[in-house]
Amino acid sequence: MIVAEQKPIQEIKAMIADHQKVLVVGCATCVTVCMAGGEKEVGIIASCLRMALRIDGKEPQMIEDCIQRQCEWEFVDTLKDKVDGVDAVLSSACGVGVQALAERFPNKPVYPALNTSFMGMPKEHGLWVENCRGCGNCGLGRFGGICPIARCSKGLLNGPCGGSQNGKCEVSKEMDCGWQLIYERLKRLDQLEKLEEILPPKDWSTDRDKGQRRMYRGDVYYEQTV
Amino acid sequence: MSKQFKDVLASGEFVITSEIGPPKGTNIEKMLHHIEILKDKVHGMNVTDNQSSVMRLSSVAVCHIITDHGGEPILQMTCRDRNRMALQSDLLSAYVLGVRNVLCLTGDHISLGDHKGAKQVFDLDSVQLIAAVKSLEAGQDIGGNKLDGGVEFCVGATATPEADNMDSQFLKFRKKIKTGAGFFQTQAVYDMVKLKAFMEYARQSDVKILAGILVLVSAGMARYLNANVAGVTVPQELIDEMAGAEKGKALQKGMEIAARQIKQIKDEKICDGVHIMAIGKEEVVPEILSMSGV
Amino acid sequence: MSEQFEPEIVAFCCHYCAYGAADLAGSMRLNYPANVKIIKLPCTGKVDIIYLLKAFEDGADGVFVVGCLEGNCHFTDGNIKAKRRVARAKKLLDEIGLGGERLDMFNMSASMGPKFAEVAREMTERIKGLCPNPLREKMKNEGGGR
Ligand code: SF4
Repeated sequence: MIVAEQKPIQEIKAMIADHQKVLVVGCATCVTVCMAGGEKEVGIIASCLRMALRIDGKEPQMIEDCIQRQCEWEFVDTLKDKVDGVDAVLSSACGVGVQALAERFPNKPVYPALNTSFMGMPKEHGLWVENCRGCGNCGLGRFGGICPIARCSKGLLNGPCGGSQNGKCEVSKEMDCGWQLIYERLKRLDQLEKLEEILPPKDWSTDRDKGQRRMYRGDVYYEQTV
Repeated sequence: MSKQFKDVLASGEFVITSEIGPPKGTNIEKMLHHIEILKDKVHGMNVTDNQSSVMRLSSVAVCHIITDHGGEPILQMTCRDRNRMALQSDLLSAYVLGVRNVLCLTGDHISLGDHKGAKQVFDLDSVQLIAAVKSLEAGQDIGGNKLDGGVEFCVGATATPEADNMDSQFLKFRKKIKTGAGFFQTQAVYDMVKLKAFMEYARQSDVKILAGILVLVSAGMARYLNANVAGVTVPQELIDEMAGAEKGKALQKGMEIAARQIKQIKDEKICDGVHIMAIGKEEVVPEILSMSGV
Repeated sequence: MSEQFEPEIVAFCCHYCAYGAADLAGSMRLNYPANVKIIKLPCTGKVDIIYLLKAFEDGADGVFVVGCLEGNCHFTDGNIKAKRRVARAKKLLDEIGLGGERLDMFNMSASMGPKFAEVAREMTERIKGLCPNPLREKMKNEGGGR
């Protein structure tokens, strides 16, 4: 899932301060699960903004809504009437949702209420961790299902640096050394020989280094009619 | 010293290298002074590369200055700040400036330094960097494109004899050797028993190993190393020894310990040489050497 | 100004302990400020951040949450959950500019009537030391709520 967190209220306030009527719209998928931008959080964000703006002497109107997914036209389109009736939209979805709204409603300013953080999972309730960088060329098969790009702070491919201490990364005592995990896991699986191969520099052209990534599949593609 | 570093390595002589830390800024006076005192006392001067992720004068420039002063520089290159293009380009540049030795390192993480918000690179890792040097030597870059004029470097790498997980360190050590590292410089070691254990493994190949000797300046520094620097452990006896030094004599004590260890490493033929680190106090290195009798 | 200012305070009380304590305070005829309005909840675990915010949005000068003693929640750990939410709401109030000190949480058992009275007085005094909720002033001027 996509993990995100709420921006500071003052930062959001500064973005929307000049608009009188704002639609605050949440997304009921990833950001609801990570408790950053679902229906409940829309309520909190809107309430905080109303108060913060009123203290500044403004009388904002906040309309609250939450759709199933902001990253699909099917759901985004249901917002049309509401968007027509406001001056601006504040999206508490991930960056994908914010941009989907901006693309669908070209005449309306759309602002982000969240910082989209990473792809990851709730490791414990209230603790999310990044596990995938989306590099476009998955190597988990050779690393025992633990990604050195996402989980080693330096993204090293040929083994650990010398910086780990008690199994923790040199960057933070809170962070497991990704390479320690990889090594231990492959040892347990009796697959340590997999690590002996000297890996060449990674081809980053499948990462975002070639610009916006797109994926086309003829078998499921049909031209948009609307 | 007039001899090239690679010839010293080949000669079987006890190898001594030291470190030169480029300044933060353009005032190179103190550094020049260190270069002057060290150049005839050591076989190579290792120039750190934005050490501890702190932005400084470039190691390529300082290596060039060292050659100008008649010293033998060893260029440290980390993977933190440059992608494969910049690394290769700097290797070519260093070569035309007269640098013949390179030490390939991963590099500390950017968050440990003074530009915490910088985008770190790590496009290559240390093994791949060694491979890049080897590729340039073979006359082509790592993209497979031919070079008009190649390089020839004596390539080194680092090892951590007291790391957290020695098995995975040995994995990387093997890869570095396979890729072409000819000599190793270790992380600072104080525990000779652990160093010997490491050497038992390392001796399976014929690469040259220089033990890292980090001069202690106080008991506090020793405790700091234990608490904060991964892969470095100062045994309690040495901490006590430092703490027992007379007031104002702690550095002297640290030098004695360093000299004693260098002598032991040489006499017992534990390693092929030593790499002495005296962070910012390079002027004491000649005295340590004479105390150790090497 | 603050001398005449009589703050409006909302207390979210759990059914089992806090409300019992408030009730006891009343039957013991203990003196506590009349401007504390009690909202009874089955458990402080029901306290959502939005409840706390809405209270302020609708003009409360101060809010406090009272739950069972830690370890004694009738629903195991509702009071612990409430404590964390109160902490987050305090931060939000700081961000908004109202100030987190207008909100707090207390724990007590049903038999601690005097403690309830004390807490009610303490909160009232604390809020009196601040200015009234600026949103309430604005609502008055504009003759209405949202
Ligand atoms: S300590 Fe481990 S996770 Fe951290 S950078 Fe080094 S190898 Fe990677």
